[in-house]
Amino acid sequence: MREWIEKQRYIIDFTLSSLLRRKVKNLGLWVLYMLVVFLLASVMFYTHAIKKEAVDVLRHSPEIIVQRIIAGRHDLFPVRYLDILKRIRGVEAVGTRLWGYYYDRSSGANYTLLVPPEQEVVKEDAGRESRTVTVEQDPKALHEEHRPLFATDGATVEPGSVIIGNGIARVRQAGPGEFMIFRAHDGKVMSLKIAGLLSSSSELVSSDLMLITEDDFRKVFGIPDDLVTDAVVSVTNPEEVTTVSMKISKQLPDSRPIVRDEIRRTYDSIFNWRGGMMIVILSSAVFAFVIFAWDKASGLSAGEKREIGILKAIGWETSDIILMKFWEGAVISLTAFFAGVILAYIHVFFTSAMLFEPALKGWSTLFPAFKPVPFISAEQLIVLFFLTVVPYTMATVVPSWRAATIDPDTAMRQTGE
Amino acid sequence: MIELVNVKKVFNAGRPSEYSALNGISLNIEENKVTVLTGPSGSGKTTLLSIIGCMSRPTAGRVKMRGREITSLPERFLTDVRRKSFGFIFQQHNLINGITALENVMLPAYPLGERRSALKERATRYLGQLNLQDKASSQIEWLSGGEAQRVGIVRALINNPATIIADEPTAHLDTKLSHRFMEIVENFKAEGRTVLITSHDPLVYKSSTVDRVIKLRDGQIEE
Repeated sequence: MREWIEKQRYIIDFTLSSLLRRKVKNLGLWVLYMLVVFLLASVMFYTHAIKKEAVDVLRHSPEIIVQRIIAGRHDLFPVRYLDILKRIRGVEAVGTRLWGYYYDRSSGANYTLLVPPEQEVVKEDAGRESRTVTVEQDPKALHEEHRPLFATDGATVEPGSVIIGNGIARVRQAGPGEFMIFRAHDGKVMSLKIAGLLSSSSELVSSDLMLITEDDFRKVFGIPDDLVTDAVVSVTNPEEVTTVSMKISKQLPDSRPIVRDEIRRTYDSIFNWRGGMMIVILSSAVFAFVIFAWDKASGLSAGEKREIGILKAIGWETSDIILMKFWEGAVISLTAFFAGVILAYIHVFFTSAMLFEPALKGWSTLFPAFKPVPFISAEQLIVLFFLTVVPYTMATVVPSWRAATIDPDTAMRQTGE
Repeated sequence: MIELVNVKKVFNAGRPSEYSALNGISLNIEENKVTVLTGPSGSGKTTLLSIIGCMSRPTAGRVKMRGREITSLPERFLTDVRRKSFGFIFQQHNLINGITALENVMLPAYPLGERRSALKERATRYLGQLNLQDKASSQIEWLSGGEAQRVGIVRALINNPATIIADEPTAHLDTKLSHRFMEIVENFKAEGRTVLITSHDPLVYKSSTVDRVIKLRDGQIEE
């Protein structure tokens, strides 16, 4: 056993010195390898983190949203429909929502305007007032412990004022106390004071959001009092969401119920798609690397072949040479793999993936400042490992095996007769 | 004793470039003697040497070592025989660049898994015997031709083989160094080793150290 361990040590020592002897080639290969792992790992980590964040935020969205559809398009929802919804068996509570999009010509961005439901102002010990705003007006959420979609520091949306998301504040370079000018549906100019900013904890979904009072909302968009944007429905038994949704479709044939899981799936597929697009773009880089690595790793140079011949001639077995080449491939690929993964971790979770931000998050003008929560799954690492380390190590061993199985007298033959 | 019975070696068999390097060689090489294979280029000296040293197999015929047939041994066992029984000195030294003289000398012993301290001590001692103690930590490419050859000789000795095989050892040495090499061969003989050399250098095959000269031509022994 001691001899076996000593032999492995000798072979690893020799492998390391072999690597150092071909510094430039191996360093170039290592850097390239590390970059490929870094790019792939960054995309994987980031896509995963962004999906996780979206799912977390959406966890407490309403179980069913009901929208009215006219000619296949979303239309305003009549308030009188609420009574019909309330009468459906299995429906626990019904609420309404008022929201819409406002295109701001000066910044070229679309804002989401939303009327928050009335929430109590909480007096904190330090005398500060805070108001938690649960935008999705899920009646159940009031007695469930959950993370609010966003919160404001005591600021209240009074008539003539708005509370804005951080993205809007950045784009407009505006802060509390300043005024924002709106052009209403009838051409009238409305000036609304910024009463506060939304907390940045859920900026991924609240970056472009603006809270406004119901009166101001109706004035901006010209929506009459008997119409709302849509309705939210909570269900007594979560198992019955699909059944209740079918009943709603039956009772209100011109309406479409949207179940929470559908929203989650949509987010999932959007971010999967974006991640997939990045991987498709990156795959050309990966492919170039594979060709390069194959060429460098598999094509033994004349010097390396000569070395294998010498080693065999002085008493190394074929298996010793394969072991040496295995260690060579393993050392390069494992160190490059770990370096790439660690760099990707730093890139994604400490610099907020500065290289991919625009491509993966996807807001056009209003980029949310999103700090993903550090998280890596073993599955991601295993997939990455099998895509990079295993093929590379194999690519180094196979040609060495071919070279190592030839007669050792090649070393002599090169110079002999 | 090493015994060769009707050994033949054909390269590129069945192809238009087929070439017969050895044509039925039968030969006994005695232990503790210095034997020189000589002959013109293409006579088959190196091919015969590589077959005796278990570096390649004959196309036909048998090779026996101390009565044991070794031609039919699997590769692994053949490597073991080669490692323990033969030390090779090559014409162009065949040392590995980029590592030190000491590491080059120790290389043949790596697969045996010997304790490092013992191996290093032996390698240093052997280097010292050939006045190379100061060169132990020098990279191979910094050594002169004579020094590199002596490092090659020390490497051949590291596993303490019974037989030393040298292929054209004086081809790149001047007269002084060639004489020095023959002195070393004399010492091998004194230590009880068998030495087998290929050479067409008269300084080698006419040396008083040499016990037997075998002339080869066209893959056959010339009587």
